[in-house]
Amino acid sequence: MDLIELSAASLGEAVATGETSAVEVAQAHLDRIHAVDGALGAFLHVDADGALAAAKEVDDRIAAGEKLGPLAGVPLALKDVIVTEGIPTTCGSRILEGWIPPYDATIVRRMREAGIVILGKTNMDEFAMGSSTENSGYHPAHNPWDVTRIPGGSSGGSSAAVSGYEAPLAIGTDTGGSIRQPAAVTGVVGHKPTYGGVSRYGLIAFSSSLDQAGPLARTVLDAALLHEVIGGHDPCDSTSIDAAVPALAAAARAGAAADLAGLRVGVVRELSGEGYQQGVLDSFQSTVDLLRELGAEVVEVSCPHFDYALPAYYLIAPSECSSNLARFDAMRYGLRAGDDGVRGLEEVMSLTREAGFGPEVKRRVILGTYALSSGYYDAYYGQAQKVRTLISRDFAAAYEQADVLVSPTTPFVAFKLGERTADPMAMYINDLCTLPASLSGVPAISVPCGLSTTDSDVPLPVGLQVMAPALADDRCYRVAAAVEAALDARRGRPFMSDAPALEGAK
Amino acid sequence: MTSTMLSYEDVVARYEPVLGLETHIELGTVSKMFCGCATEFGAPANTHVCPVCLGLPGSLPVANKAAIEYTIRLGLALHCSIATWCRFARKNYYYPDMPKNFQISQYDEPLCVDGYLDVEVDGQAYRIGIERVHLEEDTGKSTHVGGATGRIHGATHSLVDYNRAGIPLMEVVTKPVPGTGALAPAVARAYVTELREIARTLGVSDVRMEQGSLRCDVNVSLNLPGAPWGTRTETKNVNSLRSVERAVRSEMIRQAGVLDGGGRIVQETRHFHEDTGQTTSGRSKEEATDYRYFPEPDLVPLAPAPEWVEEIRAGLPELPAARRARLAVELNATPHDMQAMANAGVTDLVAATMSAGAPANDARKWWLGYLAQTANAAETDPADLNITPGQLAEIIALVQAGTLSDGLARQVIDGVLETGQPPAAVIDARGLRKLDDTDALTTAVDEAIAAQPAVVEKIRGGKIQAVGPIVGAVMKATRGQADAAAVRALVLGRLGVEE
Repeated sequence: MDLIELSAASLGEAVATGETSAVEVAQAHLDRIHAVDGALGAFLHVDADGALAAAKEVDDRIAAGEKLGPLAGVPLALKDVIVTEGIPTTCGSRILEGWIPPYDATIVRRMREAGIVILGKTNMDEFAMGSSTENSGYHPAHNPWDVTRIPGGSSGGSSAAVSGYEAPLAIGTDTGGSIRQPAAVTGVVGHKPTYGGVSRYGLIAFSSSLDQAGPLARTVLDAALLHEVIGGHDPCDSTSIDAAVPALAAAARAGAAADLAGLRVGVVRELSGEGYQQGVLDSFQSTVDLLRELGAEVVEVSCPHFDYALPAYYLIAPSECSSNLARFDAMRYGLRAGDDGVRGLEEVMSLTREAGFGPEVKRRVILGTYALSSGYYDAYYGQAQKVRTLISRDFAAAYEQADVLVSPTTPFVAFKLGERTADPMAMYINDLCTLPASLSGVPAISVPCGLSTTDSDVPLPVGLQVMAPALADDRCYRVAAAVEAALDARRGRPFMSDAPALEGAK
Repeated sequence: MTSTMLSYEDVVARYEPVLGLETHIELGTVSKMFCGCATEFGAPANTHVCPVCLGLPGSLPVANKAAIEYTIRLGLALHCSIATWCRFARKNYYYPDMPKNFQISQYDEPLCVDGYLDVEVDGQAYRIGIERVHLEEDTGKSTHVGGATGRIHGATHSLVDYNRAGIPLMEVVTKPVPGTGALAPAVARAYVTELREIARTLGVSDVRMEQGSLRCDVNVSLNLPGAPWGTRTETKNVNSLRSVERAVRSEMIRQAGVLDGGGRIVQETRHFHEDTGQTTSGRSKEEATDYRYFPEPDLVPLAPAPEWVEEIRAGLPELPAARRARLAVELNATPHDMQAMANAGVTDLVAATMSAGAPANDARKWWLGYLAQTANAAETDPADLNITPGQLAEIIALVQAGTLSDGLARQVIDGVLETGQPPAAVIDARGLRKLDDTDALTTAVDEAIAAQPAVVEKIRGGKIQAVGPIVGAVMKATRGQADAAAVRALVLGRLGVEE
C-alpha cells in the first residue's frame, strides 16, 4: 500500500517498528504535494528541507533506542495562522507576506517534541475570515472531490491537504466552524476542541474569545491522537483550562466497537429543515437512524436561541478582530506601503492596510469598529454577548436530556468556486450549524456521514456534527468513531476510497 | 476672545477651583505586566522585549500576580474597596509606541474603588476622595529626532524603545476636590507627595518622578462662588512635585483670564512646560479618540479571593501618616517641623539618625539644614546623598563631645560625601579635630598678637571688637581646628583685657 494512503496511526507504527523511515514517509508526502498541489492549492509554503531534517531527527532518535509517541515521524500540514519559528507565516494575508516569526506556537512546540513532521503551511481565508478559502490573499484552494469546488474554509488548505492525501494530519483553527465545515465538505474528520482545551499561544488571533486550534485527519482515531499531542494546559495562555485532557484516543477506539447502547443523542430541531440541501438532510437522517441502530436513544431537543447565533457571531467576531488586527500597521513587521520618506506614519499605516488587507477583512474590521464605538456598544456588542449567554443556557438545558447533540455540519455540500463570493450573507450561512458550539465554547466534531448525489453532478461528502458539553471532547470522538466504523462496515471500504483520483497524481 | 493677566490673589479672590488628579505609578515588579521581561530602568533600547510585549502576531498576555498584589496593597492603603471580580479592558488607539495598537487597561471594572487620602496643608486637613485605582500596561517610549525641541513637530524621524512597553502601571484617580481655594496648588502637591510616600512605604514602586515612574495629570476648573463647577482642562506632562504646584497655579490664572475676558473654557488636554511654567493647548474633547473599550478576551477575569486581600491587608506596613504621628512624638517635633521634614524628604533620615543615637534636635537640624542645602545644590534627594544616618549620628556625637565644632562637622560631612569614607577616616586624613593642645594654641595666639601691634594697641585702648583680625589669624594658623570663642577669650586674656 502506498505510504500516503496510510492513516497517521499506521504510519506512526510503521516508523516506530522500522518498517519504514520517517524520511521515506516525509518524502512520499512531499512528492505527493509536488504532484497534486498545483491542482489543489492547499499549501502557501512547503518546507521540504525542514520536514526532511525533522524526519531524519526522528529516525535518529528511534535508531538510538528512544521511545517516541504514536505520531513520531508522521507528517502534518499546518494552517498558516499558527506561528512557526523560522518558517514564513502569513495568515493568508498579503500584509504579513515575508514575515518570519521568531517563535513557535505552543502547539507547534508540542508537535515537534512529539516527533510530528511539519510539511509546510496551508492556505486559508485571510485571517481565517471566510468559509471557502477564496478569501486567501494568495490563491484559492480546491476540493479534491471536485477541483472546481471549494474545500471549505477558513481551514480549506488543511482540509484539502488531508483529503487530497498530501498529509495524513493537519491543524486547522475554528472560530465559527472553520475546522468542521472544511472537514465536512472534503470528507474528512475535523474537531473543534472545548474553548481553552488547546493553547492559543502562537495562534494569530481573529476572534480571541472564539478561536480554537484542532485536528483534521482522515480517521477519527488519527484526529484524537493529534488532539492528545496539542491539548492541555499552557501557562502562556490565560484562557487555557488547567484540567487534564480526557483520554481521546481511548474514546475513539472504544467508539470503533460501534456500540452506543445507553447513549442519549439529541437532534437539534433548529439545525435542519428549510435552507438545507436535500442530500444533506437525507444523509443526516440516515445517520440518525444508524445511531439508533447502534443502541443510542435519540431524542429531539429545542435550542430556540440558536437562531440568533449568526447575527451574534457577526458582531462579536468582527468586534474582536477590529482590535486584534490593529497591530498590522507597517511599523514593526510585514508589508509597508507608501513609505517614501515624506509621508507621515498615519498615511503609511493607512496605505499599508489599504494594500495589505482584502475586502472581507476590511468589511469585518469596519463592522467591528462600528459595533464597538461609543454609543453603539450596548446595542451591538453588549446584546451579542447576551445572546451568547442564552445560547449557553440552551445547551445546558439540552444536555439535561441528551449526552451529545447532533446536526448536519453544514447546510449544503461543497459549492463551486465563485458561486457565493458576491454575496457575503450567502457565504456566512455556511456556518449556521457550527456557530452555536463556537459561541458557547463547547467541543464539536465533524465526521463524514454520507455522499450527496442529489445536489450536484458529482457525489460530494456530507458531514455529521456531534457536539458535547465543555471538556467532554471524548464523547465527540466516541460517537464519531462509532459512526465511522459502522459506515465503513456497511460500505465495505473507507469513506475516502470513493474520492476520485486527482489529475497529475501517478 | 480676550484674556487678561490676573494676579493669583485676584484669581482666588474671585473664583473657586476644583481639582482632580490622575497619577500613573510604574510598579516595581521584577517582570512586566503580561510577560516575563525585566522592568529594569536604563537598559539599552529594545533589549527587554519578547513576542508578548512587542505584540507580535499570535502572542498572548498573562497577568502578573505581583502587580495585582501591589495594586491591591495601594488600594487598601487608600481605604478603597477591592473588587471581588473585575476585568481588564482593551483601550484601542493607534500609536507606534503601542505594539498592539491597543493598551490593556481597566475600564468600568477597576480593581480598587472608592477610597480617600488625607493630606494636611498649613495645619488644615483635606480629605481627597479616591475614585479608583486600576492596573494597566505602559507604552513604549518615543524619541523624536532631528527637531529643535525634541517634540514630534519638526522632527526628521522617531525612534521607539519598547523596553518600557508592558511595564505595569497603576492609575490612581481622585474624585473632584472642591473647597481648597487659594491653597489648591499646595493641596495638589501635598496629595502627590503623600501618594508618593505611601507607594514608597508599601514598596510597590521606586516613585522617581525624574525617571517617569510617577507621572501626574492635573485637572482644574474654576467657578464663581455658589455657581456650578466650571469646565475642566486636563494638563499632562506634570513630572515633578514643584510642577504639580506650578501647573495648577498657572492653569488657574490662565482660566481666570479667559473667564474674565468673557471667554469660555474649552474641555481639552493641555501640556505643561517645565521651562516656562505655562500650559499650552493639546487636543480638544471634540476631536478626542473613541477608545472603543471592550473586555480583554485574552485574559480571564480577575477575582482576588477575599482571604488573599485580607492577607495583604494584614501585611501592610505602618503607613506614612501613622508613622508621622508616631515620629512627631519620638522626634519631639512640632507640626511645623514635621511639615518641614516632609517637604525636604528627610523624615525617615531624621528618624534613622535618631535610632543611631543622635538627639532629635540635632538630627533634625543637620538634615533640614546643611544636608538639605547640599542635596539641593547637587539637585538630588537628601536620601541619595552619600552619607548614612549612622555616619551623621557619629559626627553629631563628636560635636557633643566637643571634639568637633559645627564648622569642622560640616567639613567632615563634605569629606564623607566626597570620598565615601567613614567620618573617622575623614577626620584622620584631613586632621579635622578641634585643637585642645593649649601650648600649640598659646603659641599661635602669641604669634598673632606679635604680628599685629596696631590691632593690639586698639584693643588695649578699649576697642575690644577690634580683636577679629587676631582671632582670624589664629584660626588660619590652626586650619580651623581651634574653637573661635575659646581663641577670642584666650587673646583677650593674654592682653589682660576684660570684656
